[in-house]
Amino acid sequence: MKFSLSWLREHLVTDRDLGDIAETLTMLGLEVEDIIDRAEALAPFTVGEVTACSPHPDADRLKVCVVETGSGQVQVVCGAPNARAGLKGVFAAAGTHIPGSGLDLKKTKIRGVDSAGMLCSAAELGLGDDHDGIIELSHDATVGAAAAAALGLDDPVIDIAVTPNRADCLGVHGIARDLAAAGMGTLKPLKAKAVKGGFASPINVTLDFPTDQAAACPLFIGRTIRGVKNGPSPDWLQQKLLAVGLKPISALVDITNFFTLDRCRPLHVFDADTLAGDLSVRLARPGESLPALDGKTYELDGDMTAIADADGVLSLGGVIGGESSGCTEATANVFVEAAVFDPIRTAATGRKLNIESDARYRFERGIDPASTGPGMEAATALILELCGGEASKIVTAGASPKAARTIRFNPARVLSLGGIDLAEDESVKILESLGFATKPQRGGLSVSVPSWRGDVDNEASLVEEVLRVHGFDNIPETPFGQEHVLSAPVEPAERRRIGHARRALAVRGLNEAVSWSFLGTGHARLFGGGDDALRLANPISADLTDMRPSLLPNLIAALGRNADRGEAGLALFEVGPVYHDATPEGQAMAAAGVRAGTDGQRHWLKQRRDVDLFDAKADALAALAAAGAPVDSIQIEAIAAPWYHPGRSGSLKLGPNTVLAHFGELHPGVVRAMDVNLEDRGPVAGFELYFDAIPKPRDRAGKARPALTPAPFQAVERDFAFVVDAGVSAAQVAAAAKGAERKLISQVYVFDLYTGDGQNLGPGKKSIAIAVHLQPTEATLTEAEIDGVAKKVVDAVAKATGATLRA
Amino acid sequence: MTNDLDTLRQEFLDAAAAAASLEELDHTRIDALGRKGRITDLMKAIGKLPADERRGRGAELNRIKNDVTAALDARTAELEGASLDDRLMAETVDVTLPVRPDAEGRIHPISQTLDELKAIFGEMGFTAAVGPDIEDDFHNFSALNIPEEHPARQMHDTFYLPPDAGGATRLLRTHTSPVQIRTMMAAPPPHRIIALGRTYRCDSDITHTPMFHQIEGLVVDRHTHMGHLKGCVVEFCRAYFQVDDVPVRFRPSFFPFTEPSAEVDIGCARKGGELRIGAGEDWLEILGCGMVHPNVLVNCGIDPDEYQGFAFGLGVERVAMLKYGIPDLRTFFESDLRWLRHYGFKALDVPTMTGGLAR
Repeated sequence: MKFSLSWLREHLVTDRDLGDIAETLTMLGLEVEDIIDRAEALAPFTVGEVTACSPHPDADRLKVCVVETGSGQVQVVCGAPNARAGLKGVFAAAGTHIPGSGLDLKKTKIRGVDSAGMLCSAAELGLGDDHDGIIELSHDATVGAAAAAALGLDDPVIDIAVTPNRADCLGVHGIARDLAAAGMGTLKPLKAKAVKGGFASPINVTLDFPTDQAAACPLFIGRTIRGVKNGPSPDWLQQKLLAVGLKPISALVDITNFFTLDRCRPLHVFDADTLAGDLSVRLARPGESLPALDGKTYELDGDMTAIADADGVLSLGGVIGGESSGCTEATANVFVEAAVFDPIRTAATGRKLNIESDARYRFERGIDPASTGPGMEAATALILELCGGEASKIVTAGASPKAARTIRFNPARVLSLGGIDLAEDESVKILESLGFATKPQRGGLSVSVPSWRGDVDNEASLVEEVLRVHGFDNIPETPFGQEHVLSAPVEPAERRRIGHARRALAVRGLNEAVSWSFLGTGHARLFGGGDDALRLANPISADLTDMRPSLLPNLIAALGRNADRGEAGLALFEVGPVYHDATPEGQAMAAAGVRAGTDGQRHWLKQRRDVDLFDAKADALAALAAAGAPVDSIQIEAIAAPWYHPGRSGSLKLGPNTVLAHFGELHPGVVRAMDVNLEDRGPVAGFELYFDAIPKPRDRAGKARPALTPAPFQAVERDFAFVVDAGVSAAQVAAAAKGAERKLISQVYVFDLYTGDGQNLGPGKKSIAIAVHLQPTEATLTEAEIDGVAKKVVDAVAKATGATLRA
Repeated sequence: MTNDLDTLRQEFLDAAAAAASLEELDHTRIDALGRKGRITDLMKAIGKLPADERRGRGAELNRIKNDVTAALDARTAELEGASLDDRLMAETVDVTLPVRPDAEGRIHPISQTLDELKAIFGEMGFTAAVGPDIEDDFHNFSALNIPEEHPARQMHDTFYLPPDAGGATRLLRTHTSPVQIRTMMAAPPPHRIIALGRTYRCDSDITHTPMFHQIEGLVVDRHTHMGHLKGCVVEFCRAYFQVDDVPVRFRPSFFPFTEPSAEVDIGCARKGGELRIGAGEDWLEILGCGMVHPNVLVNCGIDPDEYQGFAFGLGVERVAMLKYGIPDLRTFFESDLRWLRHYGFKALDVPTMTGGLAR
């Protein structure tokens, strides 16, 4: 909402300066977004008078003017057709920055004649498109004075952000009321002189709504004014509108715009000679359309409020007027409308038709119904003043909606809710200055809400009014302590572990990304998603349509973008939600990481290699360990999801049904289908883990660990190399060995794999070498005992896997 | 006789001192003290001497043997030291060569900021509550006193999903406030929670992304008033920005779910394209807050005559940008490794109030 300082002063008697007023507006909740001080840009320009004007000796179109600047006479060569002796114009001395051209003016010679300044056009000052001639100022303008004042531009424009609840401040008068309440001056009452109608309006109005829809337009008043002359509006009105960015159109239109801005009272003026009979205010009918004032034709439906005559719809109530009944220069007789339209219906209509208008903006926020009559009278008076004519009596359909509401108000709430100890009479004074009326009631006050404050509907909103005007700054900061001095964990253990996994992954060299929760349908389908229920109805672009089924696709796409930039260390992870269905239970927290390319920079000591599934498996295990998963009990299965390489991927499971994570090299076909440029980087290795699958941490009361009982006897390690069928897994061999003698075998690990290339293992065979760690607890092992365990190991592995000891 | 022995002694001492290598020294040792060494031979010969000469001769030879042995040992130590020195010198490497590479990843600024926020509000007794990203109309709007067709709904550009089987609207939450509703409906007051997470609006330009993060705070009890809200928010601002005297300003504003409502600005100064948080001539809006609207309490089955409290919400990316000087919102979601390494945080820099929030 824009208004000029002088406009505000028409409603507010004040001696405060612009700075005070702006600061107070902001602290009242009418946040000042901008102050446009046009005088500032025009400061170097002054009023100059042409004292002599003669033709240029060497150029037909140029004139040589002598300009009295107030501080001496200056010769100026000027090409404007209207330059003449006696004219007062806007003078710029050499050195002045010209906003219109962006250049600094220089002393120069034009066709051999000295020119030491310039007489400016509106375009040169950046004030409009008019550069046919130089600006002509009024003859009263004082030579040498600031041009901005003579141009009527020494009036700063204030732009405030009005919150949706404050429809009353969408008019200058309402803003002035708030400022007056905050001690910035005295509010001037609105002039409310009724214009006596000389004749009965030949045009009548009826409200024709179904009973249950009557709220669409509870009140509609109108009057005919005949014999008007609709020319351009006077300067003062044009200046006002121009200052706030509205284009003057004609006196009648400018008058309606003026009342919209001045007192938030939208009006509409029909050209009465275009109307076919009386007006009916009703719901539009499906199939009806309206060619509107903005040049577009709108298709209407049965939820929209229309003003119609016998021939059809003339305008959309509270939203936009129609072209056919609009005022033109030829308009001689008008019908003026002032009405109350339902905010919700107005908003719905505006949104459906995508019409942003000043009227819609106000009606959908709820205008003061009591302004209907006085607004009509003030508008009539101004039309008669500017356009002449004769006004009819007023026709009224409907009635002003319900009387003002009253709210019970306990002034002690200013302290108990607002936190500031304010005397009751202070609160009362503030409320009354805003137009509320108070009277004592048992247990406090009964407060009646003024008609323009539809937003105030409970005690808390009254407390807000008092605090707002008294100043939020004055509310003391009260320490916000807690019951206990020491704080407790902010999250339960099962969510804290998510953070642990995150930091563990970063430690492993992966960089954390935060990617969109959505992706394109194609990518979603590649990773098991693409369900219709998870597709946005109004996506922002075609590649952000589906809620992601997995963290992997966005990460792979990001790897591709980084690869395109020539990045070497391609390692990313994300911790965030994935979506299996649209219910709250269908959302799960996951962590995923992807790597591609080599495992690091080239180094003089270390052989570089491509990343592979074991990098991803290590990432997954590290994250699971950090998240508190029982990694020692994890089983590994060579079955992952279809988007992984079928032979180079697996699952980390707890028991037969709980999948903690998938890992592996991504299926090259899937990576290719994602259209990422990673093919020359070797395999893409990734994993994804699901926090909800990890057993919930037990919240034990004590944190004591079991006592450490280090065995006093020497441990022994023995190596075994087995030849097994190629299909036997290392985990099977290790598990069988470990189970051979549980009392003594504390650890088994695989340290070598040999697939028999060139050595005679036999077809389809491989060799797996394991180390078995024996830890006696009762006595040092004898050679015989060790041999006994070794035999058990060999037998157990042979029984479980068909292995033979390698020769 | 004695002179002969002294000459012999001196000969071996000289030979030991002159030995250039352990090998040479070994020859001297054998020559003197070996099985057929000259001193050994002399000592063997003692037995053939008359008994009265034996004692004196034995003592004399023992002295010489000890002296020669000591000289040989001393020279051995010298030569061994020199040989180690030579070996070590031969092992010299170029110490300026780079170390074995150790990849180090970074924590995203959003995660780090969320951890900072949790650290601060945890100290004030808040616990973190969660809610789903895919919400319904009730939790995201109606219960928060945002009726349909209300202009306030236009402040939220909502992403919609297909309705559920019963025809109810499904949408992506436009703010974290639905978690307030879920919290209040799940348990009776008092409440003191924060909710952090992803939020979505159908908007994309220089300063808007379709997804962003918010943190929400909610306090409901019998006595918490707007002064407490100010106390909480001011303490937060100082702790988070790590500027003790940062000016904090509360401006009246409007949110459908709070009344009174306020927007909070912090002081800042802009100089030469750089923004500095703290005392200055300018203000920066950082959060919205207010006292929970009585309608919201009623919608959650809480008696507003008995309970009251405050709520606040702020944009996580925004405060991260302000604190860490990150210029462009959109870059948060581009997963550009150059950006992640530059603006990201070390894995071991876990923010806590007692250990320091940020270096």
